[in-house]
Amino acid sequence: MSVVEKVAKEETAANVVSDVVVRFAGDSGDGMQLTGNNFTEATAIYGNDLATFPDFPAEIRAPAGATFGVSAFQIYFGSEDVTTAGDDVDVLVAMNPAALITNLGDLVNGGLIIVDNDSFTDKNLVRAGYKENPLEDGSLDAYRLMSIEIGKQVLGAVKPFGLSHKFALRCKNMWTLGLVMWLFDRSRESTIEGLKAKFSHKPEIADANVAALNAGHAYGETAELPTGVEVYKVPKADVMPGLYRNTTGTEALAYGLLAGGQLASLPIMFASYPITPASSLLHTLSGQKQFDVITFQAEDEIAAACAAIGASFAGSLGVTSSSGPGISLKGEAISLACATELPLIIVNTQRGGPSTGLPTKTEQSDLNQALFGRHADTSLPVIAASTCADCFDVAIEAVRIATKFTTPVIVLSDGYIANASEPWYVPDFNDYEPFPVQFADDPENFTPANRDSETLARVWAKPGTPGLEHRIGGIEKSFETGDISYDPDNHQKMTDVRKAKIDGVANYIPEQAVSLGNETGKLAVVGWGSTYGAIHQGVKRCRAEGMDVSHIHVRYMWPMPSNFEELLRGFDHVLVPEMNMGQFVEVIRSRFLIDAQRLNKVSGQPFKIREIEEAIKALLESS
Amino acid sequence: MNAEQKLTLKDFSSDQEVRWCPGCGDYAILKTIQKLMPTLDVPKENMVFISGIGCSSRFPYYMETYGFHTIHGRAPAIASGVKLANPDLDVWVVTGDGDGLSIGGNHLLHVLRRNIDLQILLFNNEIYGLTKGQYSPTSRVGTTSPSTPNGSIDLPLRPCTFAIGAGARFVARSIDTEAKHLTPVLERAHEHQGASFVEIYQNCPVYNDGIFDYIKDKKNAAESRLILEHGSPLTFGADNEKGIRLDPKNMHLDIVTIGEDGVELEDILVHDETNKVMAHMLAELKGPDYPEPIGVLYCNPAESYDTDVYAQRDQVRENLGPADVNTLLRGGHTWTVE
Repeated sequence: MSVVEKVAKEETAANVVSDVVVRFAGDSGDGMQLTGNNFTEATAIYGNDLATFPDFPAEIRAPAGATFGVSAFQIYFGSEDVTTAGDDVDVLVAMNPAALITNLGDLVNGGLIIVDNDSFTDKNLVRAGYKENPLEDGSLDAYRLMSIEIGKQVLGAVKPFGLSHKFALRCKNMWTLGLVMWLFDRSRESTIEGLKAKFSHKPEIADANVAALNAGHAYGETAELPTGVEVYKVPKADVMPGLYRNTTGTEALAYGLLAGGQLASLPIMFASYPITPASSLLHTLSGQKQFDVITFQAEDEIAAACAAIGASFAGSLGVTSSSGPGISLKGEAISLACATELPLIIVNTQRGGPSTGLPTKTEQSDLNQALFGRHADTSLPVIAASTCADCFDVAIEAVRIATKFTTPVIVLSDGYIANASEPWYVPDFNDYEPFPVQFADDPENFTPANRDSETLARVWAKPGTPGLEHRIGGIEKSFETGDISYDPDNHQKMTDVRKAKIDGVANYIPEQAVSLGNETGKLAVVGWGSTYGAIHQGVKRCRAEGMDVSHIHVRYMWPMPSNFEELLRGFDHVLVPEMNMGQFVEVIRSRFLIDAQRLNKVSGQPFKIREIEEAIKALLESS
Repeated sequence: MNAEQKLTLKDFSSDQEVRWCPGCGDYAILKTIQKLMPTLDVPKENMVFISGIGCSSRFPYYMETYGFHTIHGRAPAIASGVKLANPDLDVWVVTGDGDGLSIGGNHLLHVLRRNIDLQILLFNNEIYGLTKGQYSPTSRVGTTSPSTPNGSIDLPLRPCTFAIGAGARFVARSIDTEAKHLTPVLERAHEHQGASFVEIYQNCPVYNDGIFDYIKDKKNAAESRLILEHGSPLTFGADNEKGIRLDPKNMHLDIVTIGEDGVELEDILVHDETNKVMAHMLAELKGPDYPEPIGVLYCNPAESYDTDVYAQRDQVRENLGPADVNTLLRGGHTWTVE
């Protein structure tokens, strides 16, 4: 249903719609991500629930007008709980023909298109693959079209500030933002504040952008608009009272690591190597030096993992981060951390693969790598974040497990939740229970092989402690003394102990809960990671239609919660949607001999709610 | 450690049985370092030895200090993490020609250019020992080995040249069995703030025996060694009668004899260990055409990376004030839902 249709349907409450999807699309240099982020902030402040989906190309500045250079930012906001970026687009902002042709397919019939017709030149039309100008040939008749000479409007608006033609035109995105803000009755205040702060050293640029923003807004108020296009009201969402902010998954993950370090009373050493889409974690933490964190941009992925391990040996918490290809390179070092039983956190912000694959697109295809992607028997805990906000708690949980069990822990995020943003009910850090690390300090009966009898964690003794001088390393060690041992029985024993330690983590994590629905029934849709939103909505809609379906969302991928098998056995059917070719479903099948069914998607795009709904219906109808 | 208590070599010998081949040069280096440790003004618990993989990398197991035997080639990266996490630690890296210059070449390059305060000892025996004798990146052309039965073809790399090229600010060379020379070189390396690189010629009696005899042989030592001392002329020979002279026309180093062809002592180059160009030229001198320099080729300290990291952090902290998670979470735009 389009905005316009929604309005028509809800005529009694003029122009009120419950939810809207807006997509901003333009050249990768058009500032669409910035525009989207500003609109998101204004929307959050307005009081709608929302979810976003930034979708940008790997090329930083692709040739102007090229279809492969189109950068898009989608936001879904509404008055009810919003957990995905939305399936179909109600309002499409297209800054050029390439943005129009690549995004039109997602627009609902009757949807609103806002285009900058200045950019619909012959050259740009040809480059986008149009034979005729779609603004003139009637091919957009199924939609509402606002075709505006945005360039001309902007040049007029910013004229007083004496900018060059080139710089003046860079304000086009703010003009467009102003218009869309008018359309949805958003406040421009936070954007204006942000522009003034960003260009504090260049006030004329700030003023020009603000003028463009205001001019776009004024255009909406005064210009003659297509029938049915006027200000829409999207009522505020009924959300839990409290303090909110927007967060991306990356921000929340970074803050969670800092929080986890404080709870563990440990300095953090974050060592990383730039890779899309994981680099922003390095950027965020590099800017937080007031915390007990050292960031280190290493010469390569291997060095990053190794520096983190060295830091853990020295008594900090080593953290390294990458995306799939980089994690492959870190593999040998992660096995060293397993062998030496040192705490270490490895964050994998997954992207489309294999190899360079789709660096800016999302996928969940590194689960097998996380679980099995190392030489030898190197079981380690793997936990997955399901939403942007969840990244905060997952990071703290990773610190807790890594330090309690002296083990590397892999955290799985992905390009979607790393870059998307959502409103976050700001937690109170005082509510988190500290878990301070106890380093060994008593030379009496000390060996580096000493273990906690409950958790089997190896003792953590840091250099600088008198009397505890000892050696660790990659060669197999005696269970009793920690000295090198090639003894066959000892190797069996050490392998068993390392495995038992990780299996035992299951006793120190929460039992698996059901996110939505009953604890037994016909169908459990089992997800993990960033598919949370789509599965939640899909299950919710099906339940609203009376279907017996529940949503189970797994955080602890390995070891799995102790009640997980029993919980799954309470359902006639299990469906596992994943943005891979079926990795978690295979774990469930092989681990529990449960006939779980798969739903797979590897297009680089998150699941649509509709896709989940259709799969649920198909499975229930056929059973 | 009790400051009054005088430690000895024994305090630095671990209870592990040393497992190098009989006659290996590593024994001599181990003993020299175990002897040196008690003389350094460092608490024993702050000493850390980090190694990669290979014969030399077994070194930490034999030192009664903190030690970490890591993975092939990665010791500089692990050591970087150790030093950055706790700059009070006195961190030594032990590596070999295969570990440090082949599989770990990239890490060695970057740890040197970053100038992290570590002592990096590269035991160069010009062969892979632990994997049973394959040629290494420092093996001379024509080295026959299991992987080069007809002789190696590729050109070898000169460790000191590599280190200087990488931007190392302390580069020295010594010999495994020459404790009298090695000890002061290691002292200098330890004293140096920043990354110090020491190449140690080390004999492998099993796979590459006698490869350094030309310089180790005491009878030839006067002719085959150019002993470097800062501020002293670069002379050698039984009576110090020979010297190295720079031909400014072609930037060549020539061997000349003092008193012959009008050559006087003043014509001989004087070693300036702060001169990078000279260090590079010296590092390239190779026997038998030239005597090979041993001692400190280059020493030109600058602030170390680890010092700067903490200085920068302290500066930020001074500006931003104390860290508070709740403040961080509430930073930027927030809004309240009633």
